[in-house]
Amino acid sequence: MKTVLAIENVHKFFKVGFIPKKKEILKGVSFAVAESEIFGYLGPNGAGKTTTLKCILGLIFPDRGKIEIFGQPHLEPRAKERLGFLPENPYFYDYLTAREFLDFYAQLFRVKKDERKERVASLLNLVGMDRARDLQLRKFSRGMLQRIGLAQALVNEPSLVLLDEPLGGLDPLGRKEIRDIIIRLKAEGKTVFLCSHILQDIEMICDRVAIIVDGKILSQGPLTDLISEKILFTEITLSGLAAKDLAGLGESLSAHGGRTLIKVFHEEKIQEILDLVKNRNAKIHSLIPRTQTLEDLFVEVVKSQ
Amino acid sequence: MTIKVIALNTFKEAVRDRILYLLLFFAALSILVSRILALLTVGDGAKIIKDVGLASISFFGALMAILIGTGLVYKEIEKRTIFTLISKPMRRHEFLLGKFFGLVLTLLVMLALMSVIFLALVFFHTFSVEWKMLLAILYIFIELILITAVAILFSSFSTPILSSLFSLCFYLIGHFSWSLETLIKKIPAGIFKVLAQIVYTILPDLENFNFKTEVVHGLTIPPQVLLYSAAYGFLYTVFILSLAILVFRRRDFI
Repeated sequence: MKTVLAIENVHKFFKVGFIPKKKEILKGVSFAVAESEIFGYLGPNGAGKTTTLKCILGLIFPDRGKIEIFGQPHLEPRAKERLGFLPENPYFYDYLTAREFLDFYAQLFRVKKDERKERVASLLNLVGMDRARDLQLRKFSRGMLQRIGLAQALVNEPSLVLLDEPLGGLDPLGRKEIRDIIIRLKAEGKTVFLCSHILQDIEMICDRVAIIVDGKILSQGPLTDLISEKILFTEITLSGLAAKDLAGLGESLSAHGGRTLIKVFHEEKIQEILDLVKNRNAKIHSLIPRTQTLEDLFVEVVKSQ
Repeated sequence: MTIKVIALNTFKEAVRDRILYLLLFFAALSILVSRILALLTVGDGAKIIKDVGLASISFFGALMAILIGTGLVYKEIEKRTIFTLISKPMRRHEFLLGKFFGLVLTLLVMLALMSVIFLALVFFHTFSVEWKMLLAILYIFIELILITAVAILFSSFSTPILSSLFSLCFYLIGHFSWSLETLIKKIPAGIFKVLAQIVYTILPDLENFNFKTEVVHGLTIPPQVLLYSAAYGFLYTVFILSLAILVFRRRDFI
């Protein structure tokens, strides 16, 4: 698989405080993003996610290390030609209307006038902002800014899209729409680099993830490798059995309205419970096997630090 | 090309800024007030109108350059709009030069508006269009270009309030540094003369762009003086812009 974005041993120091003291924010970050994948970059607040992103974009300069985009040094304008970027909590020129705003960014990519008009219209349509096309951005809500920001990131039909918290500030429906757009980008062969701490979303759409904690990458790889498919436990909701009948079979979690929720860790115990239910004419309401989630992995990795 | 796109956007930003119209209003008011002053003065009223009018154009032009210029770059960093810009295929100096030319374009339009008001007022007084006033205004424009560069230099590393103060200092020092030249002529040769000479060389001399008196009183200006002033303005602007680019090029946008 072709590497689209390669980061090698990047270090970044910031000077903090009144009497400047050097603080290391990135402590040798390395990872590679392959073509046509959705790469999730996770980490708790202040771990260095946005700092890494700013290094890639040339907003800040790494003190050590190498960054390459499409095999070229990252500061080359040619490398940025095929790059799209949506910052976290985007703020834009609020004196521009949505259409003027997208047109301005398209001009920076030297898109021709006729083509610009068409592209701006189709992008407004894609992010569902048709109705607000002649509204100044100062009148936009946060969710609307997020959408117009995404449109801005796609204005040059980029091969690599970097998104910093693209789902922040959106309602559930909006989140689904943006998720669908991201999946569509992948289907079109584009590569997506996604910074987020909304783990459910990442889990739903990412192919590979890297977890950064305190400036170091602690875990990275394909999501399917990192999260084991093994069933951790099974949650069973049943009624018609007393708590004492279930003693020793699992961990009883709650009992409401005659229903008992029980957490079972061993497979053979599940069978025992099923037999018991059958014999006593009790009733099973649900039986849900729980595999490891990205959240479990995340908590595990962060806590190990 | 990138510079042009940013410049036009900066122009759009500036002309949608209310402060510009406030300043334009006061400039127009100030130019018109010269008519009243002319009525109160014994002697040549037209001279008063021209004198006060040109001074108003110069002063309010400088205020526009400083108040808008110092916010231009800082606001981009503060509001983080610069994040999406720098991530586009452009070099940082293109961004800075785009901002610079955008404001220069704005000032050109504003100067043109003020000039129209001014020339109209003069016309109603003397019943002739005094085109030679435009020479003084041209040099006011050259001065404003330099002040814009200074405002952008300060704006690239400091807050708008501090930048405005610094730029205002530059403007004031620039208009009084000619007295140093007089001083140099008066003091005997020695270390102090050399020191004064060095300080005078470094400090801007904005009086180089002041041809108001000559124009108002109809004095002839030798072409070499005009040429020298234009070259001085050009080189000083290039120097300040280079400094701004140097500061801006290695800056981290946190």
